[in-house]
Amino acid sequence: MKLNRRVFMGSGAAAATALAAPMAFAGGHGKPRVVVVGGGAGGATAARYIAKDSKGAVDVTLIEPSRMYYTCFFSNLYLGGIKTIDDLGHSYGTMAAGGVNVVHDWAVGVDRDAKTVTLAGGASVPYDQLILSPGIDFVEGAVAGWDLSSQNAMPHAYKGGSQTELLKAQIAAMPQGGTFAMVAPPNPYRCPPGPYERVSMVAHYLKANNPTAKIIVADPKPKFSKQGLFQEGWGKHYSGMIDWIGDDFGGGNVSVDPGAMTVTIDGEVTKVDVCNVIPAMKAGRIAELAGVTDGKFAPVNAIDMSTKADADVYVLGDASQQGDMPKSGFSANSQAKVCANAVRGALTGSRVFPAKFSNTCWSLIDTNDGVKVGATYEATDEKIAKVDGFISATGETAEVRKATYEESEGWYAGITADMFG
Amino acid sequence: MIALLACFLFPVQVSIREDGFLHRNRGTFFVLAAFFLTGMAQASGMGDPALGAAVFKKCQSCHQVGDQAKNRVGPQLNDILGRTAGGLGGAKYSKSMIQAGQDGLVWSEDTLDSFLERPKSLVAKTRMSFRGLKDPEDRANLIAYLRSFSKGSIGASNMQETGQGIDIKLDPSVLAMVGDAEYGEYLSSECLTCHQSSGSNDGIPGITAWPTEDFVIAMHAYKQKIRSHPVMQMMAGRLSDEEIAALAAYFSDLE
Ligand SMILES: Cc1cc2nc3c(=O)[nH]c(=O)nc-3n(C[C@H](O)[C@H](O)[C@H](O)COP(=O)(O)OP(=O)(O)OC[C@H]3O[C@@H](n4cnc5c(N)ncnc54)[C@H](O)[C@@H]3O)c2cc1C
Repeated sequence: MKLNRRVFMGSGAAAATALAAPMAFAGGHGKPRVVVVGGGAGGATAARYIAKDSKGAVDVTLIEPSRMYYTCFFSNLYLGGIKTIDDLGHSYGTMAAGGVNVVHDWAVGVDRDAKTVTLAGGASVPYDQLILSPGIDFVEGAVAGWDLSSQNAMPHAYKGGSQTELLKAQIAAMPQGGTFAMVAPPNPYRCPPGPYERVSMVAHYLKANNPTAKIIVADPKPKFSKQGLFQEGWGKHYSGMIDWIGDDFGGGNVSVDPGAMTVTIDGEVTKVDVCNVIPAMKAGRIAELAGVTDGKFAPVNAIDMSTKADADVYVLGDASQQGDMPKSGFSANSQAKVCANAVRGALTGSRVFPAKFSNTCWSLIDTNDGVKVGATYEATDEKIAKVDGFISATGETAEVRKATYEESEGWYAGITADMFG
Repeated sequence: MIALLACFLFPVQVSIREDGFLHRNRGTFFVLAAFFLTGMAQASGMGDPALGAAVFKKCQSCHQVGDQAKNRVGPQLNDILGRTAGGLGGAKYSKSMIQAGQDGLVWSEDTLDSFLERPKSLVAKTRMSFRGLKDPEDRANLIAYLRSFSKGSIGASNMQETGQGIDIKLDPSVLAMVGDAEYGEYLSSECLTCHQSSGSNDGIPGITAWPTEDFVIAMHAYKQKIRSHPVMQMMAGRLSDEEIAALAAYFSDLE
């Protein structure tokens, strides 16, 4: 039994109420225990696969505060008016049916010596192997003038759900001919094409509803993902509407004033109607609290996503620092399956197969104008290393672009079914 | 997407030539075409079977018709006119196709025409992941072509194979490999990020219930960059022969 006695005695009562479902709580039946923190693209997939493949031989507990998971993927299409918010929401009910013990609470601490996770409700959950997939948090002070207390005035909409709805409402309320500004993030950040797909979808909405509106993007990077494809599409569909200011033109020298609703780019102050600030990112805070980060993210071993700091703690998805894979839902899902196979092997002696990773990111530029970029990856001693890749070409026919968009819809259905069962 | 994929799949006949490689046969399409042009088209005054033969290329990814036609991903199409939907023994159908047949759907020129225009609007959950043929002439030509392989038509007595695929070099030993199904199950998890385990064909084709050999050939065709789809070329490109066999073993165990 690996439970830390002191923590357990102290929080037993709270634990009993917070964890009504049958937990491997006192460890009496001797089943190995996996705790997964974060029910997103990485965590939900890992929890489901371990529960499914071990056929009950492993106790799997998923700790996730939200009752619904709102995907960030396709959230730009919601901003564009192509998807509804309901299209993006997924319940955890199916996971419970799949044998995962879902606990709706925040993890607030990890004791790696005692091998327990402490929950906000006070409970302490023991683990044999711990998987953290908490996504991202923002680096404090990354954008001058902005902090989390300004996220209502200037939303990031870079975590799913209410922030996305807020941004959508603000865009809809823009005066005719108003200005939408985006402060784009520096590398590395979740979903490299995400900000640019967002610009496209905001433009798509404005073209129909507010055609004289303007979009300004202040970008600390000199170039960005799928740039050629996006800029071709912007010229074609939204000519004259989008002003992208890269680092070469001072896009990185930016500050905001959420009270006055102004953005200052390289000394020039602009009054804006909506300001979407996407600050620099770091691993979700619980990874830091667990002591497995080094700098902003958690370095992991490519063969199984175990952390460099602790062989019994794994970090998946956006929070990990793994090498060449972009931070995407597809990547997190891919890493989760490699990790699930390794964790199950470690706990039950089942066969462990070689790590294989892949990613494809689709982006929508305008109705039925979809593009994609993807790659396969393998584990080396040093990192997850890229093997092969491809990207959509500029000048593709409308038919190819439409097929690409339809493919992304198929992918969305596929990955969400793969995450939640 | 669906149409695109469909266009590039060519599983038809496999034969072993002297060089020991398997080849997809290039059939006797031109001979047939000449025959139809003079014979059928004028007789029926409707579709042109010779033009239909070209349209049929879109179907060949999954369907065979002619002398040696067998059920592959989809049912063989000899005598399709007059056949009850979902009614051919040994072929794999969706539940909804079988239901449609039980409800009385029989393939006639009219029902085929509407099915081919938009398969899912006639049989909502058909396994046929084909977008449909918008052009009424394409449909008429295709139906004329299929009619020539149905009973009572002139073509039926002169059946030929219709294979005109693309050569894929595959050592017979590769096709004969017995895969490790447990490894295949692990590898298949990578497929499921996009291909739904329910077998749904929306946007991305379903991959359940494929004949093993077709699956292996299709994967090698991607690997050799003969079938065109960048994601699949990439995914298959790094699978070893053993891994493709493992996947095939896993998928054939399903159901
Ligand atoms: C606008 C936008 C568009 C995108 N588009 C795409 C796309 O098209 N394709 C794609 O592949 N990816 C896309 N992404 C990226 C994708 O959303 C992320 O990369 C992916 O969600 C990462 O998965 P994850 O498991 O690391 O984190 P998440 O999916 O964010 O999951 C983290 C979960 O952990 C929970 N959590 C956090 N802290 C705690 C704690 N202390 N205790 C308990 N639970 C906790 C959170 O509530 C959350 O549910 C997009 C992102 C954005 C912002």
